[in-house]
Amino acid sequence: MNDIPEVIRTIPLNYYLYFSTALFCIGIIGVLTRRNAIIIFMCIELMLNSVNLLLTAFSSYRSDPNGQIFVFFIMAVAAAEVAVGLAIIVMIYRNVRSTDINILNKLKW
Amino acid sequence: MQEFILPANNAEMTWVCLLIPLLPLIGFLINGLGNRKLPKGLAGLVGCATVIGSFLLSLYLFFGFEGYGNRPYTTDIFNWIHVGALRIPFSFQIDQLSLIMLLLVTGVGSVIHIYSAGYMSHDENFGKFFSFLNLFVFSMLLLVMGSNYVMMFVGWEGVGLCSYLLIGFWNKVTPYNNAAKKAFIINRIGDLGFLLGIFLIFQTYGSVVYGEVFNQASQLSEVNDGVVIAITLLLFVGAMGKSAQLPLYTWLPDAMAGPTPVSALIHAATMVTAGIYMVIRSNVLYTLAPDTLEIVAIVGLATALFAATIGLFQNDIKKVLAYSTVSQLGYMFLALGVMAYSSSLFHVLTHAFFKALLFLGAGSVIHAMSGEQDLRKMGGLKKALPITFITFLIGTLAISGIPPFAGFFSKDELLAHVFVHSKVMWGFGVLTSFMTAFYMFRLLYLAFYGNFRGTEEQRHHLHESPAVMTIPLIILAILSTIGGFMGLPAVFSENHMLGNFLSPVYELARRAVPSAFEAHHLSHETEYMLMAVSVGVAVVAIIMAYFIYGKKRTVPAEEGAALSPLHKLVYNKYYVDELYNGLFVKPVMGLSTGLYRFVEKGIIDPIVNGFGKATLGGGRSLRFVQSGATGSYLLLMVLGIALILLLNFIN
Repeated sequence: MNDIPEVIRTIPLNYYLYFSTALFCIGIIGVLTRRNAIIIFMCIELMLNSVNLLLTAFSSYRSDPNGQIFVFFIMAVAAAEVAVGLAIIVMIYRNVRSTDINILNKLKW
Repeated sequence: MQEFILPANNAEMTWVCLLIPLLPLIGFLINGLGNRKLPKGLAGLVGCATVIGSFLLSLYLFFGFEGYGNRPYTTDIFNWIHVGALRIPFSFQIDQLSLIMLLLVTGVGSVIHIYSAGYMSHDENFGKFFSFLNLFVFSMLLLVMGSNYVMMFVGWEGVGLCSYLLIGFWNKVTPYNNAAKKAFIINRIGDLGFLLGIFLIFQTYGSVVYGEVFNQASQLSEVNDGVVIAITLLLFVGAMGKSAQLPLYTWLPDAMAGPTPVSALIHAATMVTAGIYMVIRSNVLYTLAPDTLEIVAIVGLATALFAATIGLFQNDIKKVLAYSTVSQLGYMFLALGVMAYSSSLFHVLTHAFFKALLFLGAGSVIHAMSGEQDLRKMGGLKKALPITFITFLIGTLAISGIPPFAGFFSKDELLAHVFVHSKVMWGFGVLTSFMTAFYMFRLLYLAFYGNFRGTEEQRHHLHESPAVMTIPLIILAILSTIGGFMGLPAVFSENHMLGNFLSPVYELARRAVPSAFEAHHLSHETEYMLMAVSVGVAVVAIIMAYFIYGKKRTVPAEEGAALSPLHKLVYNKYYVDELYNGLFVKPVMGLSTGLYRFVEKGIIDPIVNGFGKATLGGGRSLRFVQSGATGSYLLLMVLGIALILLLNFIN
């Protein structure tokens, strides 16, 4: 524990936990309550970022770089996912002139 | 019995043995597959030719037997069942007993087949009939030729199936179907005993092959050993069903529903003799169990007497014959019970001749009367049906025990053995013999003498049967006349052909229990006396029948007429059928109905339907979950994750 930099130790790990939990919950509430697909998307990003934050925090406190590498992967995958997701949303918008998810009930088979 | 029975070292014998049962099977397949396509002439030809072929091959075996050193042999066809310690070869055993049975089954069977070609010529299912007949003969041949109890059981079940098929041959008539079912079900009760007996034999002796079983039994088992008694009793239960003994006899009179040649085949040559064959085949076991034999004798005697009394008042020509069969089978078991195995088989043989003759004769009468079977509507048929009359008279004399016809010799020999065993049993046996002669002559007088009592239409229709039917009658009449000479009584001749021929079959039993086979010498005076009594009794019965039904021309009362209580009791066959109905059929039916109403409808149905309804309802409610709306999917997903987290947290 001794080689954790002083800068990091100024903020205890618990704070990171509370903060990322709050961030995650905001994300969930956003996903569940908002109707605009783009905002839902942004909320999902928020949740991903809360997880990223947690990973970084733990990896720093444990002096283990693996966590940070995971974060990079998550960011890369999330970026790719956003590209695909946005493309889908754009296509939906072109077709129905709306991104309101309440009118999107085409997921039935 | 390895020391007695050796495998045939001769490929020719193997082929002959294989062909004997195979021919009727081929006939069955040809007629069965080509039922409606084959012309009647060809179907009849195939049906008869295959059985006659088997008969000729049996004759070949019979006459070759002496050349083979008079030594029993087995022919292995293939290794049939081999599981653990159980090893059952599919092989045939040819010895004195199976040879006699082979000749009987194929010989009398051939005659009946030929007769059927005439009798059934108007029937639309001619081919089907012949295929069943052939299958019947095939099963019976398997039964008598098999070298182990399992093969016997296969044949045993085969004849049971065929009797079901043939009794219910005219399956558009419900009572006939019921009769077929009755025969089948009652036989199943007996078969259960037989099967348990086979299991017990395997359990005890570790084999079901005759040679090994008998060899072991003769060396290992004590006289009246509990296991042997159990085995023999269980086997006897099987015989009771198949050979229609008390209390399992009720199917046989009902079996009259089938076409008449079938009755002749079942009653004379095949199925009902299976029980007797089985007991003689197992003679080692039975000799070791004198207690069982005593029971066999008592059951046989009771059946003989009981059925004979019922026969006295029957008005259906075939029913009289049916009860006489039951009665004669009782005689045979009586003989088995007093260890007169050969005499029993002798009576099987002579009975086969005259009973086949009587049934075919009755068939000829029924044919002439356009289906009428009621004796009260016949009478005076003597002139219209001369050949049938003469042959029928011979059959009646033979069954009544009038010398020199076949029945006299076998019955006399049988009764002599019974006399040695017990005087009381002999007395009842003679009483039975008296009743037999009486009801047979009652039948004869009612059918052939007096005035014709049928309709005008029937009178014009009366005609003698075609040659294809009368020739079998003549053959059987000749056999019924001379058949008895194969077993002349000791007073006439020291050489009892059949007895001497069969003697080696009891060799092992003789070794196991020598005391049981000590010759009982009846003095010649006693033997003459016994003969005189049995003939005298028969003659008195005939004279009585003549006075009542011949001279006074008494005709039995119409249906529904007032009868004396005793007469009514006997006429209604002691209400045994009603008793069984009340004791077994009704409670079972009631139980089934109750179970159906309360258990099936009240418990099982709701459960089964409940599952169906639950699935339907579940599907219907889950359908709303799959709305396709993205929002609700997201919500559900989050709730699911929350739930999983919660569960993790609790754990």
